[in-house]
Amino acid sequence: MANETKEEKIYDESILGADYTHGTVNDKITDIVLTRPIQKGWLIALAIALSGLLTLFISIFWLIKKGVGIWGNNNPVGWAFDIINFVWWVGIAHAGTFISAVLLLLKQKWRMSISRFSEAMTLFAVACAGIFPLIHVGRIDRAYWLFPLPNTMWLWPQFRSPLLWDVFAISTYATVSLLFWYTGLIPDLAAMRDRAKELWKKRIYGALAMGWRGSAHHWFRYETACLLLAGLAAPLVLSVHTVVSLDFAVSVIPGWHTTVFPPYFVAGAVFSGFAMVITLCVPIRKWFGIEDIITMKHLDNMAKVIIATGLIVAYGYLMEVFIAWYSGNQYERFMTLNRFAGPYCAFYWALILCNVIIPQLFWIKSVRQNLVWLWVISIVVNIGMWLERFVIIVISLHRDFMPSSWAMYFPKVWDITTFIGSLGLFFTLLILFIRVLPMISIFEVQTLIKPKANSPEPTASKHS
Amino acid sequence: MNFDWIKKKLGEKTGKNLWRSLEEVAETPEFMSYLKEEFPNGSSQSESPEARRDFLKLMGASLLLAAMPGCSSPKEKIVPYVKMPEEIIPGKPLFYATGMPFNRHTTGLLVETHMGRPTKIEGNPEHIDSLGATSLFHQASVLGLYDPDRSKIVLKSGQAGNWKDFTNAVSARIKEWETNGGEGLRILTGTITSPTLGAQIRQVLTRFPKAKWHRYDPTHVDDARRAQKAAFGEYTDPVYDFSKANVILSLGSNFLINLPGSLRYAREFTQGRKAHENKGMNRLYAVEAEPTLTGAAADHVLRAKVSKMIAVAESLAQRVGVNNIQPTSNIKLSTEEQHWLDVAAKDLRSAAGKSLVIAGETMPPRIQALAYAMNDQLQNTGKTVRWIEPTEQDPTLHGPSLTELSVDMRDKKVTALFILGANPGYATPGDLPFTRLLESVPFVVHHGLHADETAAASHWHIPATHFLEHFSDGRASDGTTTMIQPLINPLYDGVSEHILISQLTPKIYKSSENAVKDYWKDKLGIDFDSGWRKALHDGFIGGSAFANKNLTAKSDWEAHDLNGTVSESEWEMTLRPDETVWDGQFANNGWLQELPKPFTKLTWDNAAMLSPESAQKLQVQNGDMIEIGNGLASIVVPVWIVPGQTSGNISLSLGYGRPQGGQIGKGIGFNAYKIQTLASPFWIPKVEIRKTGSVAKLASTQLHQSMEGRAQIRSASLDTFKKDPEFAAHMEHAMPKATLYGAHKGSDDYAWGMAINLNSCIGCNACVVACNSENNITIVGKNEVLNGREMHWVRIDHYYEGTPDNAESHQQPVMCMHCENAPCEPVCPVGATTHSDEGLNEMAYNRCIGTRYCANNCPYKVRRFNFLAYTDRDKHVEALKLMHNPDVTVRNRGIMEKCTFCVQRISQARITAKKESRLIHDGEVKTACQTACPTSAIAFGNLKDKDSEVSKWKALPLNYGLLNELNTQPRLTYLAKVKNPNPELLLAPESSTQPASGHH
Repeated sequence: MANETKEEKIYDESILGADYTHGTVNDKITDIVLTRPIQKGWLIALAIALSGLLTLFISIFWLIKKGVGIWGNNNPVGWAFDIINFVWWVGIAHAGTFISAVLLLLKQKWRMSISRFSEAMTLFAVACAGIFPLIHVGRIDRAYWLFPLPNTMWLWPQFRSPLLWDVFAISTYATVSLLFWYTGLIPDLAAMRDRAKELWKKRIYGALAMGWRGSAHHWFRYETACLLLAGLAAPLVLSVHTVVSLDFAVSVIPGWHTTVFPPYFVAGAVFSGFAMVITLCVPIRKWFGIEDIITMKHLDNMAKVIIATGLIVAYGYLMEVFIAWYSGNQYERFMTLNRFAGPYCAFYWALILCNVIIPQLFWIKSVRQNLVWLWVISIVVNIGMWLERFVIIVISLHRDFMPSSWAMYFPKVWDITTFIGSLGLFFTLLILFIRVLPMISIFEVQTLIKPKANSPEPTASKHS
Repeated sequence: MNFDWIKKKLGEKTGKNLWRSLEEVAETPEFMSYLKEEFPNGSSQSESPEARRDFLKLMGASLLLAAMPGCSSPKEKIVPYVKMPEEIIPGKPLFYATGMPFNRHTTGLLVETHMGRPTKIEGNPEHIDSLGATSLFHQASVLGLYDPDRSKIVLKSGQAGNWKDFTNAVSARIKEWETNGGEGLRILTGTITSPTLGAQIRQVLTRFPKAKWHRYDPTHVDDARRAQKAAFGEYTDPVYDFSKANVILSLGSNFLINLPGSLRYAREFTQGRKAHENKGMNRLYAVEAEPTLTGAAADHVLRAKVSKMIAVAESLAQRVGVNNIQPTSNIKLSTEEQHWLDVAAKDLRSAAGKSLVIAGETMPPRIQALAYAMNDQLQNTGKTVRWIEPTEQDPTLHGPSLTELSVDMRDKKVTALFILGANPGYATPGDLPFTRLLESVPFVVHHGLHADETAAASHWHIPATHFLEHFSDGRASDGTTTMIQPLINPLYDGVSEHILISQLTPKIYKSSENAVKDYWKDKLGIDFDSGWRKALHDGFIGGSAFANKNLTAKSDWEAHDLNGTVSESEWEMTLRPDETVWDGQFANNGWLQELPKPFTKLTWDNAAMLSPESAQKLQVQNGDMIEIGNGLASIVVPVWIVPGQTSGNISLSLGYGRPQGGQIGKGIGFNAYKIQTLASPFWIPKVEIRKTGSVAKLASTQLHQSMEGRAQIRSASLDTFKKDPEFAAHMEHAMPKATLYGAHKGSDDYAWGMAINLNSCIGCNACVVACNSENNITIVGKNEVLNGREMHWVRIDHYYEGTPDNAESHQQPVMCMHCENAPCEPVCPVGATTHSDEGLNEMAYNRCIGTRYCANNCPYKVRRFNFLAYTDRDKHVEALKLMHNPDVTVRNRGIMEKCTFCVQRISQARITAKKESRLIHDGEVKTACQTACPTSAIAFGNLKDKDSEVSKWKALPLNYGLLNELNTQPRLTYLAKVKNPNPELLLAPESSTQPASGHH
């Protein structure tokens, strides 16, 4: 083959242990699901996550019973934890799509080991995100009016509203992400079907594998579908958070009405998404002994993406300040000063510390190579991104144009339980996922195996 | 009454056992005869008695229906609405004239009724004390009528009693009094202006010569009476004419707000301040110890503790030229103060005959007597102030009258006490243990709207009827006889004071109508019936105002005890009736509790107001509790720092901390009566203050009162205005009127718009309560106000300008601006807020799902969200259900709401106009805030009509839009404020070393 030399590069020991064969890769990944006994640690983790989920159910029940007033939202601050959490979760969702779609199109082979896992994370994060717009409304029973459902009164949603754009952006994103993730799973579901011993497992995985036999025709159609879905998903990475940012940028409120928002939100989303992948990968690769599948090289690369996107975000922060001064607009200036020195200034400076200063440690190679540092900084970034949304939403609203209406926002206990509950939902789904589905793409990782001199050509790698 | 029988009867009834009193259940013959007397068949002269009677039947039926579990038809006989009574058309409101007795006068009102239910109070444009406007108390009185905590049945020692037993108990005593001349019989009332009631009480005193009538009104004006006695030798009431006053100096008077006649005074005063009309502006100098809205409207304010105000008044009187002033005060005035007084006195003198010196009625008598003398000296008497017969029936000094009663009670000389329309168990000075003294009286009867503190200490409590439920009469501030007619049959088993007091007179009435009619029988000319009908129709008897008295202030009042050397103490205290709950009688009125008070914007509480300097001295912040002692008693209250307060003066409002104030008013706030003294009820010359270290949570609706260099309120001096009439427009960056979605295609006929004249707005809050009443706006309670979720559609923003110690105060009513380019409209995902073709920004409540995006994006922050089910109480308490305006939806939980420009009133007018095939005339639609406004500060109308008042206002150079630079193109604009400061005072005193000369 003409491109043999290019393909040589794939076999990089730093992204997959050297002594893996197709069989061992298959065994290693499917065993986590099929043969590994249920462990105490996993059960404890599930119990914790489920109690979080229960908290979410209780919080939502109480919310439906009493109304939005159980939260701390008030008159100038109409949105608070509800929308902060929504934007935070949507942001986290971005890493999966970015890794599987954008990096696929860019032919970044190292993405293969982490793509499945991060796509799953995307789905779960979108699920968490999707709750908030639905429950934050005053009349939850009427929330379906957000969708353009035909009705006898010819009442349609208002297409000028960014909230409606949100509905479309998020539902499209969720649909495409789900399809992309599921399509990618099919060959592996077939492998699970083949390796499962119990009949019921075979049946379930078999049904899910939709008759995959690994024929050349299957592979051809499969790869075309994947490419098409990747082509669809890649612009979504940009569009979803652009639309989310328009919720704010379209308004007139100082601190919201900012043209830099779309790129800065997208970068921030990728930033937080990668941070969340690191946060989750570091313990999981250790617990499940897959350090040579998700290697230090992966973590190192992700840390580099964090630096890059972090710098874009930092640029956004800088531009907000610059434009506030340069525009001469007194409301913008006040908004900036209020962030610097207002009653919530601690949140602003904590955000700068978390998102701008601390991630710069990733310039140092030894930090990127240190699991503890990686893990801690990734969490710091996630906290920072939550604070960013707090700064944008609460600090802008609590003091806008009319000083007479200025007020403070304080979260109530139900704000906090709902947030904790959404974490519970996320981790419940994640913990179940790693025990029922292959968390790493088997066939893709197999393409990374270094061919032994006398071994046959790997079947699955012909077109990559 | 037989309780077993009652129990049995109750057992027989089906549905929820809704009964109004034990008598009703027992169906005693007494009750049946009482019913007959109360609802006689066809004997009334009023406009449509059938209508009201039928309403009661209907209401009874609906009450029953409401009480039926499930939907089976009632077994009782109910009256179908087959024949339409004359004048009652479902959906069409009717208006009746009546009057509200309050604050020593009776204001004429027009009351809107829907199907026999009074729902909204408007002012009577023909009545001297209203001129079409109302105060917040008038507006809130409709909630007072439907207050679910009103007392409903006769109480005997706290247990259910009945009227018959009560009348028997009284008649038994009457026999005794007839032999001993009424020995030991006492009547205690508040201020009474009702000629009928006055006559009835005098009949009692004639019948029982040894009986005594005591008066105690917690907001009495003894100090004014003392000054009048000294200066004129008799009691008299002032009537001011601010339309003739070009220069006004107030010595602690809040004449725009709390005088009898303040609605008129506010109108006259603000009419004289229209810079754009080039008629010249009046000028107001205010000397005050505590900040008042009158001071806020003044051009110059001199802050002085009350002790110093005596010196100020003396010094001013000398400068004005009053002779024979023997200064009693040893307080020295500073050079600046002397300069201020020089300039003010010069101004007053140059406007002699067209000026006015007005002293607060609770100021020390010496100040008031000096003011009378100054007006004489300035030839103002008879022009800007005239003196008339007191409007109070048999005026007396209330403090001494109460003291006399207390002494007699202590000496066990009182054997029977009738307390009418007063609550001395709560609202009496703390140095008088009234409730304890009451124990020694063997027969205490309390008559009132609530089973309050006094009722709890009485043997009998008789529920009173509300002024909207009975016939009565009263006097306006100028003596005009004002008629009170009922709009609804009594909701509960109350009786009016005419009926109650008639138990002691030779003629016992069972209907207040007959009592009032009998009094006026021979006083309405030859044709009584038509005179009576006209009086009820008009709401007052034309031409019944009192004539001027020709009085000259004597200068020998030195002989009276108006002197007493006064020295300044470190901390002085002033007490005043509260801005919203008054003396405490409105403590259970939720609208008034939640109404943000001027300056502090506090709701649901009172707090001691301190100047920033005093707060620094005491090391306290807002909400810190301090202990205030007057030497005898002390109270612990939170502080609130108010720029504009005089340093060293603490002011606190009365009316809070009621132990038996009802579900709403019970226990909230802090009872200032505890440190009030009989001797000096409104000014405590010396108090001790101690910081306690504890903190109270106070709910203020506006925590930020600086404009932050923004131009929400644009004001200038008259001179600046003359140089640059468009100064307001020059305070913003002009914006091109661009829009992304294209301009709205509007109606050709109507474009509704509003303008508010900030020059006229005095911040009185009447519009806020009017809006509550018209638009069924609910209350949310203190906790929700603390959460920042109050629901008022219109709010009065308040800003300070200048230094904390010399702050100028601005008021600005803010409601939905109905922007042409409304930021709220495009962001709603379900299109629940839209633009009407007449330019209204409309809310479709049914469509709203409550994303709150519109509120976030509203730069004016006028949208209000139902975070919780706030209207549950309104919807489920029977009495409150009756109160609602049927033309306005009661909003549910989870829904956004805001000012609609009273769209229901526009619709009403549109229907009328369409039927007559014409356009709506200018002035045909008036919003609720507009009609309530005493100063006519609000214009509303059609902008397409270039001759409409609002179009004319908007064409004025003073017109500006709030946040115009956002290109929202608000339909509500403001007329900038123009003040008229004296140029001589804007300069510092020429030289501080040069001693200012006091005499001219």
